[in-house]
Amino acid sequence: MGFFWTIVVLIVLLGLTWRYLGAYMAAVFEGRVQFLAWAERPFYRLLRTGPAEEYEQPWKRYASSTVIFSALFLAFGYLLLRIQGSLPLNPQHFGAVAPALSLNTIVSFVTNTNWQNYGGETTLSYFSQIGVLTVQQFVSAAVGIAAAIALVRGFSRRSSPTIGNFWVDITRCMLYILLPVAFVAGIIVVGQGAVQTLAGPVVIHDALNGVTQTIPRGPAGFMASIMQFGTNGGGFFNADLAHPFENPTAITNLLYIWLTLSIPFALTYTFGKMVKSVRHGAALLAAMVIIFGAWVSFTAYAEHQNTPAVAAAGVHSSVGNTEGKEVRFGIPTSALFNVSMTQTSDGAVDSATDSYTPIGGFGALSGMMLGEVTPGGVGSGLYTILIYAIIAVFIGGLMIGRTPEYLGKKIQAKEVKLAGLGALVMPLVVLVLTAIAVSIHAGRAGPLNGGPHGFTEILYAFTSQGNNNGSAMAGLTGNTAFYNVLGAIDMLIGRFGILIPALALAGSLAAKHVVPASLGTFRTDNTMFIGLTIGVIIIIGGLTFFPAISLGPIVEQLSRGRFF
Amino acid sequence: MLINLRRSLVAIFAFTVFFGFVYALAGTGVAQLLFRHQADGSITANGSTLIGQNWAAVKCPGHPLGSCVFHGRPDDTGPYAANAKTHSSGGDNPLVANGVSGESGATNLGPRSKALYDNTKALVRYWHALGVNPTADLVTTSGSGLDPDVTPQDALVQVPMVSKATGIPAARLRKLVAKETNGAALGFLGSAYIDVLQLNEALAKLR
Repeated sequence: MGFFWTIVVLIVLLGLTWRYLGAYMAAVFEGRVQFLAWAERPFYRLLRTGPAEEYEQPWKRYASSTVIFSALFLAFGYLLLRIQGSLPLNPQHFGAVAPALSLNTIVSFVTNTNWQNYGGETTLSYFSQIGVLTVQQFVSAAVGIAAAIALVRGFSRRSSPTIGNFWVDITRCMLYILLPVAFVAGIIVVGQGAVQTLAGPVVIHDALNGVTQTIPRGPAGFMASIMQFGTNGGGFFNADLAHPFENPTAITNLLYIWLTLSIPFALTYTFGKMVKSVRHGAALLAAMVIIFGAWVSFTAYAEHQNTPAVAAAGVHSSVGNTEGKEVRFGIPTSALFNVSMTQTSDGAVDSATDSYTPIGGFGALSGMMLGEVTPGGVGSGLYTILIYAIIAVFIGGLMIGRTPEYLGKKIQAKEVKLAGLGALVMPLVVLVLTAIAVSIHAGRAGPLNGGPHGFTEILYAFTSQGNNNGSAMAGLTGNTAFYNVLGAIDMLIGRFGILIPALALAGSLAAKHVVPASLGTFRTDNTMFIGLTIGVIIIIGGLTFFPAISLGPIVEQLSRGRFF
Repeated sequence: MLINLRRSLVAIFAFTVFFGFVYALAGTGVAQLLFRHQADGSITANGSTLIGQNWAAVKCPGHPLGSCVFHGRPDDTGPYAANAKTHSSGGDNPLVANGVSGESGATNLGPRSKALYDNTKALVRYWHALGVNPTADLVTTSGSGLDPDVTPQDALVQVPMVSKATGIPAARLRKLVAKETNGAALGFLGSAYIDVLQLNEALAKLR
């Protein structure tokens, strides 16, 4: 019964942010919100750019700004991690982060992945957590949202050579959207019990049991708020949002789910508003919600079952699989949390995915395999589902024998090729890297668990990094040169291999004029189209990943009575 | 190209200062001003109410170790204390005990893991030796390895053990458990829970 009300409250909260945050974001990117202009203007002057017409960028310049900025930020962050030992704010005196681990970590945060091969509280100083990681939780989120907005402008503009200004888009995104919400949410989570201090670990002796504990602390609460609002997901501590110092109560747990889902869902409203057809945004929203709801249902159901190993040892539970889950969150909400984080690009965990039932783990894994479009990461979710929508329009057009159009823009060979590229890059890189890892010793040495579950751990790692998710079946020992470097490649291709085609699409679409809708136009805002889009998402994800899935979770589910 | 390089450098510097340090330090300032106790880790006289502790080694004269207090999740007891390797996070004991700072994290054992089966068996034996018929929470570990809470049911099954070792009547202990139970947040979020440290502090007052 409690879970029912949790869902009801979440739907109401998300409905509010869909409508109002969505409208606000459209206003921000159309330049109608100005109250922080005094802070923006000097910064633009320094950059010699601004929102004026003369600084508008064609897609190639927009993309090169994105890539150069990200590459330099990556190099800068790498440097800071390598000289961590000489920097201040380091009460535990951690030394430099090893080269391969530094590479993986900084790529992970620049690409909005937040995959954690490092143990936060035993590796990184406060300086690195703040000056390298928290910054990227703002910046990488803004880069993703900017790319999505650029693609939306591709649809909303007519015969335009430009798609906006990268520098203005990311600055406005961070200043007007991410910063205020993250700050307020930070205050709330600290009030609930999250830690936020620079004072270092505390040593405390318990007279009742004679135990002396050394408890690591740090500026975790405000990091957690932006990491969730920007669908980053990499927390201060190794246990991430299962750690009571980051996620102290069931209230913060729900708040984190809301923060994570709010921008990805609301961007469909922003899209509808900017293309002047909220119905089109609502159609994308419906496709997202239907898939999301189905996945929450079966994952929560699977986790309501007993863990096979625990049941075989003679302990039966009425609540379900308690291994790797925290008491205060309850089991169904833990499953809801996990689905929310794997169907966005967040990847935070409040329970151990590795210990989920085979079907529960499949729920998390397959959510990422669908390309993270339901609702997906901040920005990346919208631009990727628009890529799927273009494929759906193309298939629909083939079936009825007409030139496909979406929002009055003719979808021609070039757009279909770009959309195809955007849809196939991720499965390709994930499957090839998984195949490499299971073929060589360095890869096979990684998994903690044996049998099909060990294979799932490897597949999960590359699926997560290729989708810039960051969720992990954390039994895998990822902090090796092999997994650090391969993971970094996976994340870079998964991010920019889709982001750049999306910007190219934006440029190509913006240059087109609008064909007025006629009776023969294939409708893209009705139930038929929602179904078609869902079909495309499921079929592309299903066909490419079914063989791999059947070697992992499906075999595991069917191995009744066997333990590995 | 060149102008983008220059813009990138300026932006990297400005963003790092503002969205990194100004944000985190201002946040720390506000947090310390408004919620000092929580921001510092909810530290009380005997430890943080948010971080679980090991209760298995408490000396109970005339009775088995740990039988005169309530236990939390077995994050660091039973097979997990003896065999730290079952923790994936580098073999650390997640309950940062005795001066060594470890990593938080789960066991990450899969649903059909032989090790999970063996560990659960060992924990069941451990509980049976104490005269407790364990619930699932009492033989499975948490996601953080630091779970400070148990459910009311988890505490109630330990009542006969604690009653025997302390001499406090079971009915009084059951009343204590009921008194220390926190309802689900806002009435519907998560599940009802008991903070094990607070329960044992209340128990100590009773003795």
